[in-house]
Amino acid sequence: MASRKESAASGSSPLDSPVKQIQIDGLVVLKIIKHYQEEGQGSEVVQGVLLGLVVEDRLEITNCFPFPQHTEDDVEFDEVQYQMEMMRSLRHVNIDHLHVGWYQSTYYGSFVSRALLDSQFSYQHAIEESVVLIYDPIKTAQGSLCLKAYRLTPKLMEICKEKDFSPEGLKKACIGYEHMFEEVPIVIKNSHLINVLLLDLQEKSTVADKHELLNLSSSNHLEKSLQLLMDRMDDMSQDIGKYNTYCRNLSKQQQQKQQYLQRRQQENAQRQSRGEPPLPEEDISKMFKPPQAPARMDTLLIAGQINNYCQNIKEFTSQNLGKLFMAEALQGHNS
Amino acid sequence: MAVHGPVVKIHPVVLASIVDSYERRNEGASRVIGTLLGTTDKHSVEVTNCFSVPHNESEDEVAVDMEFAKNMYELHKKVSPSEVIVGWYATGYDITEHSVLIHEYYSREAPNPIHLTVDTALQSNKMNIRAYVSSQMGVPGKTVGVMFTPLTVKYIYYDTERIGVELLQRTRESPSRTNGLTTDLAQVAGAAGRVQEMLSTVLTYIEDVLSGKLVADNSVGRYLMDLVNKVPKITAEDFESMLNSNINDLLMVTYLANLAQAQIALNEKLVVL
Repeated sequence: MASRKESAASGSSPLDSPVKQIQIDGLVVLKIIKHYQEEGQGSEVVQGVLLGLVVEDRLEITNCFPFPQHTEDDVEFDEVQYQMEMMRSLRHVNIDHLHVGWYQSTYYGSFVSRALLDSQFSYQHAIEESVVLIYDPIKTAQGSLCLKAYRLTPKLMEICKEKDFSPEGLKKACIGYEHMFEEVPIVIKNSHLINVLLLDLQEKSTVADKHELLNLSSSNHLEKSLQLLMDRMDDMSQDIGKYNTYCRNLSKQQQQKQQYLQRRQQENAQRQSRGEPPLPEEDISKMFKPPQAPARMDTLLIAGQINNYCQNIKEFTSQNLGKLFMAEALQGHNS
Repeated sequence: MAVHGPVVKIHPVVLASIVDSYERRNEGASRVIGTLLGTTDKHSVEVTNCFSVPHNESEDEVAVDMEFAKNMYELHKKVSPSEVIVGWYATGYDITEHSVLIHEYYSREAPNPIHLTVDTALQSNKMNIRAYVSSQMGVPGKTVGVMFTPLTVKYIYYDTERIGVELLQRTRESPSRTNGLTTDLAQVAGAAGRVQEMLSTVLTYIEDVLSGKLVADNSVGRYLMDLVNKVPKITAEDFESMLNSNINDLLMVTYLANLAQAQIALNEKLVVL
């Protein structure tokens, strides 16, 4: 069926995971776009479930269905039940009912969060090949479809399993913010009949008179991206501050422990010289309780998010530079 | 041919869904039916979603799983509460007698339902997509029949949908029917290429007119004037300063982004020490 076609995945190391490529049906793409367009205008994320099957080392996504929004007054709404019903009904009409992942929309690329990590972890734990598809509607509206697929790296899976988020744990696993998620290349495939449909549509629809991709205005998008980046940086610096105080407290405590031990030894030596029994060794650890180590997972997530923002900004600016030079050429001919 | 009744506006996701359910139909079934969801207003019906309904059809009778249809509609309503049942679809070229029965069922669910047919068997080498509305006919008081009157069908897209469909169109050209997603400058280059194609078509037309091969059309000439005038006339210095300030902005932002990335990388290394 589909041949491998390389798409520029940003700096992904050779994937040794069970899924090397994702093949999406055109139908799924359209459904995701429609779901966001109709229900997601309030910059809320919209989510849904992906259905499909695994073929060799390819994950084929053949259908999807959306999840209703969470509203506060819908307490008796049972997510699991909705899912079960939907999948049962779809099975009746021969749609693949295997759960292979989930999709989510994102606002300017800010999707690296605790919630996403937890959800993806529970999915990947249950179904090894599952992925999360991130759909960026704002970038898509700028001219070309922005759909990315991510999985958690095996290292991150290990850590989440053990729930060991202390600095020592993370150091042991040598995990950095770049190795949290791995991006899987996506390929879109359409059946022959759908191609016939597309041909029909192209003949009957009017030619688009909007070419968003050649739009020159960039300040709005840049402003928002930079704003988000600044917020994240603030979070990061707070986090770093906390970690620094922790380190300082720890070293102060070490010093105090040393001083105490020294004093004890001195006293004991004095007592021995005077012939008295030495004082009992007291339990040092009870006296000097070590300060609480801050959880490092948040730092990792923030770093990952900042990295993502920077990547997006760089892509955007490089595109805009190209467009500006084209505009210059156009003016050059005129003047 | 005078067309009475509302205009039917269809989104491409509905058609793709119909084709997909046709491809997945049970053995022996020659056609697939399902419900159409959407919104209506005075002069048009906008179809935005659909789902297929299992049914059995033989020579004399037809059975539709109505329970299933109701269930699915409830589930869909939870996601998009504004969508209502606006009609039903069937694949295949003709309208059969069974369609009348099914249409009657749907008229209980929705006022004046639309019946959409999609010819997936490609009988006329094309996928004929038509919509009908039923109307009474016959002599009043005697046997009354039902006639399906055709309606105009239009395709409408959201902007993002159009961009998605453009990407999907590209799978037609590749022999293995696949297409990767392009990035960065490749996209801009693609868009520029398309504009260039359009410009060259216009140029060949102009040259034909100039060399006398074609008769000059005044309205086209006016459009061309508009086109040329659209390039803004700015003095060279103004344009230079605008261009430079924009480029400076973009370069500064790129520099900041790189700086931020270097910063977090450093932080990472320091912590691990």
